[in-house]
Amino acid sequence: MRLLTHNMLSSNIKGVINGFPLRIEAEKVVIKEVDFNPDFIKNMFSKIDWKALADASKIMGYAELPEEVPDHSVLDSDEFLQKFHHALLQLHLEEGALVCPETGRRFPVNKGIPNMLLHEDEMNLDATCTSSASNP
Amino acid sequence: MPAETMPPRIAQIRLVSSHPQVYSPCDDSFALVDALLADRTKLLDHHPSICMEIGTGSGYVITSLALILGSESKNAHYFATDMNPHATTVTRETLEAHGVHAELLTTNIASGLEKRLSGMVDLMVINPPYVPTPEDEVGGSGLSSAWAGGENGRTVIDKILPVADSLLSEKGWLYMLFLAENDPSHICLQMRDKGYGAKIIVQRSTGEETLHVIKFWRDPDIQMEGNEVVSGAKTAPQRGFDFLRSQISRLSFRETRQ
Repeated sequence: MRLLTHNMLSSNIKGVINGFPLRIEAEKVVIKEVDFNPDFIKNMFSKIDWKALADASKIMGYAELPEEVPDHSVLDSDEFLQKFHHALLQLHLEEGALVCPETGRRFPVNKGIPNMLLHEDEMNLDATCTSSASNP
Repeated sequence: MPAETMPPRIAQIRLVSSHPQVYSPCDDSFALVDALLADRTKLLDHHPSICMEIGTGSGYVITSLALILGSESKNAHYFATDMNPHATTVTRETLEAHGVHAELLTTNIASGLEKRLSGMVDLMVINPPYVPTPEDEVGGSGLSSAWAGGENGRTVIDKILPVADSLLSEKGWLYMLFLAENDPSHICLQMRDKGYGAKIIVQRSTGEETLHVIKFWRDPDIQMEGNEVVSGAKTAPQRGFDFLRSQISRLSFRETRQ
């Protein structure tokens, strides 16, 4: 799981109001090289929650991002874009968990895949497939 | 053979991973990929930034999409979900065997992504569970979740469409597969009320099924306030829509539900 995905994920438990960002428990972090594409990175800058990214990146062992939201002018700096690229796309959470900030519920991450499936009593009724869609 | 004349690459069946509880690529999967191949030039011109598949199964479709867009669309990033954890694992293996990447999530439709990814998806592909079944077969945890669609095969489709609408960006395109029994012309009407144009990209009859792949896009010319046509003359999208409806009716309605 890339931090781009982490930045787009919220706790989906019924009744949770502020489910973002999910706290990361990192057991295994891997770095996978991704082609550098400044256009994508610049485009994402306005859509990313910066603090969530900087905090998550730190937990994943990469503390090179500024903690405060940088000014737009940083997008002219190649050095900044490279760091942003690395944090957003190259750091992968391979094993660990994502924890709901409000309830403490853990969503496991195995082989890089977060499991956001809810138990029946955690679901909004209108968000469930059917009442029979419970976990085994 | 020179590179330019090579047909675009799609996922190779021998490299598609499998699991007893995961739906393997079949006629419906091939129809959806054929639709993407048919629209390849348009898709490349579209320059999608974020692409997504809901219900990824074996990963055949999202892998093919990543290969079709390929190196010419470096800008594209991929998300894929499935509620069956075996399916997301198998999809990861299929993607890796082809040297492409998608961010995977085991979740119900797009649960967890709906808030923050809202309005960001430029291209969405969906092969939903469309087979008409008793309601209590819908949403099981294993293989049946890939096909069990409830009454008229619409139970899951009707849950997915509003999610797709909220995730799609202003320029977002959706390619979705339907069975004739799902009443695709009714689905097109519903989508039109939300401001979407619709077009059949592929229609195909197999031994047992009549499949349609329909492309939806946000069409600013479609009036979203009710269904009334304000002026007497029909607008171009309106005419196109009537044509689409007549096509679907003519091609696929062996039994018409009123």
